[in-house]
Amino acid sequence: MKAELNEQTLLKGLANNDSKAIEIIYKQNFNSIQSMVINNNGFYDDARDIFQEALIALYEKSITDSFVLTCKINTYLFSVSKRLWLKKLQQNGKYISSFEILDEVISVDTDMEIHQKRNVEFEIMERSMESIGEPCKSLLEAYYIKKLDMQKIATEFNYTNADNAKNQKYKCLLRLKKIFFAQYNIGE
Amino acid sequence: MEDLHLIQAIERYLDGTMLPAEKAYFEELKNNNSEIEQLVIEHSVFINQIENFSSRLKLKNSFSNIHEKLLSLGEINEGQEPTTKSKIINIWQKYKRVTAIAAAVGGGIALLTSSLFSYYNPISPNITKLGAQLEQQQYQITALNIELRKSKIPSKAEIKGGGTSFLIDGKGYLITNAHVLEGATYASVFSNTGKEYNASIAYRNNLLDLAILKIEDEEFEQIKKLPFGIRKNNAELGDEIFTIGYPNFPRTDVVYNIGYLSSEKGYNGDSLSCQIQMNANHGNSGGPIFNKIGEIIGVLSTKLSKSDGVSFAIKAKNIYSIVEDFNESDTSFADIKINHSNILRGEERVKQVKKIEDYIFMVKAYRN
Repeated sequence: MKAELNEQTLLKGLANNDSKAIEIIYKQNFNSIQSMVINNNGFYDDARDIFQEALIALYEKSITDSFVLTCKINTYLFSVSKRLWLKKLQQNGKYISSFEILDEVISVDTDMEIHQKRNVEFEIMERSMESIGEPCKSLLEAYYIKKLDMQKIATEFNYTNADNAKNQKYKCLLRLKKIFFAQYNIGE
Repeated sequence: MEDLHLIQAIERYLDGTMLPAEKAYFEELKNNNSEIEQLVIEHSVFINQIENFSSRLKLKNSFSNIHEKLLSLGEINEGQEPTTKSKIINIWQKYKRVTAIAAAVGGGIALLTSSLFSYYNPISPNITKLGAQLEQQQYQITALNIELRKSKIPSKAEIKGGGTSFLIDGKGYLITNAHVLEGATYASVFSNTGKEYNASIAYRNNLLDLAILKIEDEEFEQIKKLPFGIRKNNAELGDEIFTIGYPNFPRTDVVYNIGYLSSEKGYNGDSLSCQIQMNANHGNSGGPIFNKIGEIIGVLSTKLSKSDGVSFAIKAKNIYSIVEDFNESDTSFADIKINHSNILRGEERVKQVKKIEDYIFMVKAYRN
């Protein structure tokens, strides 16, 4: 019961990007997934990428309203990592039939579909952000990612006042939106 | 410009910063104008996308910070990155201190206890050879008035390193790693009972990282028949394996360890070696890897630094090829005859080990 409670707390922490919770999850799970990747034709960098991507999948799950984790965190992370790593091996034409892992693995099909969709969205946004150019990129990042207020942004970007900065931000936003939806709709 | 106003209004509507009257007006506008309504929906999707993007970026950022932190705390381990220089220096510095203390104590015993395992990487920065290296310590045995064991090696010799070796021919031919003998001109080997025999370096192949030692000691009694054979074919993935060696070099306590074959290829797809899951120590270098039935399938040689249990063994068929080379090049009368038959099949592990351990020797490599 206590362990379950802890897992719930950890997941809540992950959903809020709480570094303490993430650190605990990381510590408890990274090594086994690293071994899995390394023992199956992977390198340290692969292990790191795969593990972090699995954590993102868990995060995405943890922030949904209908969130229920029907298994333990480690089983979930392991299953997702295994799936991600298999996919990567297949993509590189390195599929090995001997890739057998005895640990308990649950079905993560639906989650992987959602995760894949989020990945695509993330990449589209990343590309769009790259293509709007400066100062738009930094301006939007300052507002939407760093969450700075308009006054600060005006000072930092040398606008005469907050209203000017705001206007500029909206112009940039419109551009970003146009670029984003051009790809997003195709992607749908 | 109109667009700009509209989007501003939509954003304020969505984030709830509109005043009630303004909000009511906007909602009416929206309800009567499907185009505006459409825009509101589109914008809310878009803002949501930016939010997702932003939180994922932050999350990735936290992950890499935590990863670095855990790495530096040693909670998680990765192989050394290409920038291993500083690491070597650190270790050297660490041992230099030990060396200094040892020198201050003035006793020679300190030498043997501070036998270091240097991390040098001729194959790849991520790989650590397992041989115990003493090279960096310019220690001379002359300094040793008190020795742990009366050595047969001339007192001026300098220890270059050490590891494990095993007999492949009862006439006294042993296999070890070439890197165990790096910089050495001759060696001595110790049985599991601590008995020391002089040995010469008969052959070495740095490419394969294999070497042949020949025991040249009148006290050595030839062995009629070795119990284990050497396997020519590759071992099977997942095969249960075990090793016997001297990980605690320079102490001659023989240590048994098990694992399994985890890949038919070695580091970076190297086909001369295979990957095994087994914890190995520096003194294990040159040790035999046996399969379940007691055939030698490889020579334990390297491990991924800092990772748990990922080690590599040179495939046993390479033993055949160096022996062939040796037999061709050697003009002396005694050819090496590798033992093919294996009498350990079906034996219990304890019995197998008992029959094997007498033929596994610790190597000390010297230069004078």
